[in-house]
Amino acid sequence: MTVAAKPLVETAARPLGGGRRFSLDWLGAVPFLAYVGVFLLLPTAIVVGGSFVGPNGLTLSNLTAMNKPFIVGAFVNSVVLSAGSAIIGAVLGAVLAYAVVTGNPDGVLRRLVTSACGVLAQFGGVTLAFAFIATIGFEGFITIWLKQHGINIYANGIWLFQLSGLLLVYTYFQIPLMVLVFLPALDGIRPQWREATESLGGATWHYWRYVAGPLLAPAFFGGLLLLFANSFSAYATAAALINQGSIIASLLIANTLTSEVGLAQPGLASALALVMVIVVAIVMVLYTVLQQRTARWLQ
Amino acid sequence: MSRSRRFKLQVFRVIVFLVFGAFFLVPIGAMFEFSTRGNTDTAPRTLSAWQTIFQTPDLVAAILASLALAVITSAGMLVLLVPTMIWVRLRLPRLNRVVEFLCLLPLTIPAIVLVAGLAPEYRWLSINVSESILTLAFVYLVLVLPYTYRTLHAGLAAIDVKTLSEAARSLGAGWATVMGRIIVPNMWSALLNAALLSVAVVLGEFTIANLLNYVNLQVAIALLGRANAGVSIAVAVASLMFAFILLVILSFFGRPRARVAQLEADTTLSWGQKT
Repeated sequence: MTVAAKPLVETAARPLGGGRRFSLDWLGAVPFLAYVGVFLLLPTAIVVGGSFVGPNGLTLSNLTAMNKPFIVGAFVNSVVLSAGSAIIGAVLGAVLAYAVVTGNPDGVLRRLVTSACGVLAQFGGVTLAFAFIATIGFEGFITIWLKQHGINIYANGIWLFQLSGLLLVYTYFQIPLMVLVFLPALDGIRPQWREATESLGGATWHYWRYVAGPLLAPAFFGGLLLLFANSFSAYATAAALINQGSIIASLLIANTLTSEVGLAQPGLASALALVMVIVVAIVMVLYTVLQQRTARWLQ
Repeated sequence: MSRSRRFKLQVFRVIVFLVFGAFFLVPIGAMFEFSTRGNTDTAPRTLSAWQTIFQTPDLVAAILASLALAVITSAGMLVLLVPTMIWVRLRLPRLNRVVEFLCLLPLTIPAIVLVAGLAPEYRWLSINVSESILTLAFVYLVLVLPYTYRTLHAGLAAIDVKTLSEAARSLGAGWATVMGRIIVPNMWSALLNAALLSVAVVLGEFTIANLLNYVNLQVAIALLGRANAGVSIAVAVASLMFAFILLVILSFFGRPRARVAQLEADTTLSWGQKT
């Protein structure tokens, strides 16, 4: 009996057809994949597909419309704004991160600054716009104070509600983001490296130029790229600050999508969104590459 | 380090912290100042703008809607993501990278792009399912994925999921018991963190609600800003304070174990990005 029973059990465990048993484990991931498919991948596919659809079926006219002056202008403004706020944010953020990292690593100050940066890097949109309106708007706290002292910050036009205003407001969340991204890299720098430079006769300049600089460069430029993408895709702050017009790409997408005068052009909006997502994707891929380079050196 | 260099460094640090502190604190202080102004230049300070918050029905409705969305999104996120992540970790390690990629993808697809693709979906939803603002929870769940994924990932990495589940299984526990009574109780702080992060993200969301024509908290603040700046700035301050309190709670509860804290810092710091 035992001899006969043995092969019986083995065949029962082995599936018919002899191949690998189809695992029901995959079913466990289905709800998540389906959900992400419907609410993340499908909208993305709609944007990509929608770029090639016009009122009369398939068309390339949405993409060829990209060379219209107002569209080119909005993207140029977006690039200028993003590059400007990324450079300012990266440099100032690196300075602040350096000031943090030279202090006590377990100190209250460091904890306070990193927590605050965590909040402020997320701080955007309507609240941020209002904060600056309350500070340097027409009736702002600082505007009034300066006016009482004979200084009119708006003598040369209402710059807060233009590109230069956005540049200032964006640095408010770009600097904290840079601190968060750059701190781990600065933490990776060992004091021994500086001592080694000094024992070989190197001055402070040599240390930064030949040791710390090259090591920190990938992290710095990675941060710069992240900040660029962050600013390029930002909408809420600009929308809350600027009520009319489409001076940057994200505002242009929004206005093309939901035009209040009934001229919504979903195809054009999709094409604009496609261009934006391509730019952001390229920047984020470069960021990931630099991030891996940073990880290789600074562990 | 020489004495003079140390002194110079300290001076540098003090100046940096003062300048940056002013840059970041003055606008927040200015909001308080603005929201307590009287009607005229000479009028005394007043809290009437703050009191008006609760006498503005549209605003109260928007606040309640945003709070409901925050709760629904957090709960939905936990129900969808936690079992999936545990399951993938235990049974489908090959899917690990896929799930990670999908969870971090919303960082690369700007909300303004997502909304262009969501518009047709929400048109369909509002006709066939519901017009309620609460349907926004569907897409908010996607928005919070990058943040919650990192937190939950750190929480799972801090415990030995495999050994725990094998021990439980060998004692006869089913998968539901393994998840609900073995793994989840071991990662409470990560769950709480993920939920609070979701709440903070949802309460601050403006782009998608605005462009899909739903009035959530941020949209209501923006609309009100044109009519009554004082009240809308008071609400803005209040919502900011609320988010800040949530994040303070998070920083206290979130780090019971050094290992978790370290892992969390590593993951969040290397990916910190806003929408």
